[in-house]
Amino acid sequence: MAALVGVLFDGVAYGSLLFLISIGLAVTMGLMNFVNLAHGAFAMFGGYLAATLMGRAGAPFLLALFAAFAGAALLGLVLEQMFYRRLYRASALDQVLFSIGLVFISVASATYLFGSGQAAFALPPWLLGQWHLGAIDVGVYRLFLIAAVALVGASLWLLLEHTRLGSWVRAAVDHRDAAEGLGIPVAAVFTATFAIGSGLAGLGGALGVDVLGLDPNFPLKYMVYFLLVVAVGGSGSLSGPLLAALLLGIVDVAGKYYVPKLGAFVIYVLMVVLLLAFPGGLIRRKT
Amino acid sequence: MKTNRFKLLLAGLMMALAAPMASAQTIKVGLISEFSGPFADYGKQMENGVKAYMEQYGDTVAGKKIEIITRDTTGPSPDVAKRLAQELVTRDKVDFLVGFGLTPNAMAVTAVATQAKKPMIIMNAAASVITTKSPYVVRVSQTIAQLSVPMAQWAAKNGVKRVYTFVADYAPGIDAEENFKKAFTAAGGEVVDSARVPLTNPDFGPFVQRIKDAKPEAVFLFLPAGEEGIAFMKAFTERGLAAAGIKVFATGDLTDDGVIDTMGEPTVGIVTSGHYSAAHDSPENKAFLKAYAAVAGDKRPNFMAVGGYDGMAAIYDVLKKNNGDPDADKAMDVLKGWKHESPRGPIMIDPDTRDIVQTVYIRRVEKQNGHYYNIEFDKFPAVKDPGK
Repeated sequence: MAALVGVLFDGVAYGSLLFLISIGLAVTMGLMNFVNLAHGAFAMFGGYLAATLMGRAGAPFLLALFAAFAGAALLGLVLEQMFYRRLYRASALDQVLFSIGLVFISVASATYLFGSGQAAFALPPWLLGQWHLGAIDVGVYRLFLIAAVALVGASLWLLLEHTRLGSWVRAAVDHRDAAEGLGIPVAAVFTATFAIGSGLAGLGGALGVDVLGLDPNFPLKYMVYFLLVVAVGGSGSLSGPLLAALLLGIVDVAGKYYVPKLGAFVIYVLMVVLLLAFPGGLIRRKT
Repeated sequence: MKTNRFKLLLAGLMMALAAPMASAQTIKVGLISEFSGPFADYGKQMENGVKAYMEQYGDTVAGKKIEIITRDTTGPSPDVAKRLAQELVTRDKVDFLVGFGLTPNAMAVTAVATQAKKPMIIMNAAASVITTKSPYVVRVSQTIAQLSVPMAQWAAKNGVKRVYTFVADYAPGIDAEENFKKAFTAAGGEVVDSARVPLTNPDFGPFVQRIKDAKPEAVFLFLPAGEEGIAFMKAFTERGLAAAGIKVFATGDLTDDGVIDTMGEPTVGIVTSGHYSAAHDSPENKAFLKAYAAVAGDKRPNFMAVGGYDGMAAIYDVLKKNNGDPDADKAMDVLKGWKHESPRGPIMIDPDTRDIVQTVYIRRVEKQNGHYYNIEFDKFPAVKDPGK
């Protein structure tokens, strides 16, 4: 019983991590319909920014997280102005080619700047170790990840469902010309949303360093996981990716614990099953 | 017009004559390894080891100038390695093929070495089988079996009875698991369970939890150095396995000198079996560290660097003995049974297998002056490759 509760906790924590590293993509790809394979590049940028600030400048962890969000958002803003905005109406293939090119540039730049090895990164002492709650041991950082999901998820939900910006975004994505006709500043809305999505990618990257590690191949190595969450979750909503991430996390952890021989393969079986059952994703926004 | 053409012809003739004369004064060494991609740091270590040797002993031996030509395999890609070796032999006319961080790349080049009759010096790749693939292959690095068997024997000798083996699911990992298991059970120990995990694995938590629940006395670990090792040790510490008294045994590459400072505090206390530590106390190692610092700055050399350094020592010794003649068969005569005082300690090439015989040290990770080091405290002298 204790083992089962432990597995569930670890699963939820791992799912939270999957959600955090994919949520930026849920915004840029899920919400804005841009096939943004360069999501991992923004995540890596956030990760390196946080690791460098903490390692070189001795910045506290929470400040480094905020900097990772702000820095990646700024980078997203600049790149959106320079490149992305030209491609909103382009075909999916053009978007893929552009963003995968961006990934390769980011991999090469990171290798040049930081070397091809693992970046040094250490959590602050207050996030290390385990708490013993009855029969189960709870990792402090894992608890922190779950709390981060609650916080990020709630603020994003408020922003998208209950503010003017949120409704503008949905209107602009669904019917750009009509939205413009109604006087919605579509270009500015897209820029802002893209910056937020990039910032979230950076935040997820910084939060993920401790578990996933960080090296210049990060955007390629974890691309499958980002896409998995958004594809299984369904585009256009936040609850879909959240549900998908938690489900994938729990099943992955349980698979590794109970049938280690199948190891990390379980998560892909689940993906195939879920996509067969729900081809459009777990939760689809009604249009 | 006519004289011009004649001059051109003459010039061409002179160049054609000069080329072989120049090459006879130069010994070309083709260095094939991974200089980009995820293993780039390791390739760089090897290259710096080669440079360090030439920094220390000069670039001329027996009246010949040594020229290094480096080629990048970009990662584990046997066909690229083979093509590079062919180009080096036919176009650049190299006399030695050296390097090879990864086994698949080395395996692909053995055929080229046999056909072209060029001595091939393995500076890292660690699968036992490589040296059997061509009579021109010599290994100056290590084999996985050579390191995992002493680890098992040491553990059994020191009263450890129950071990959990945990390896990455690829050829070297399985090699390590099988050799450790065989040696450990032969010495009276018990392997309680074995796990093989995928090479790219974002979260070790559940696997580590399973180890904790199995309550072994120790874990024998074989994971690619760097990311995987770091992730495992983080999970290991986070879940309190160290606090529960479970020890970690591994082969030396887990805590190699190139990554150990990045891995940091969780490595303290890990016991590994390895052939080189930057903390090895000998005049040869001091000289090596000095030469390495001159070419690589503040980077610390690891086993790859020593492989590169000793590979060059082998080439220099061959040329000295043969008065600068790079002939492959004469070179192999010198290399078989070659003895050398390396920065890692005494090494020898087994004349029958052309594989390395060396001391395997048991080391423990300790923190000294703000840096982490593998401190040697026990040793197995003259270990041959048990995989043959």
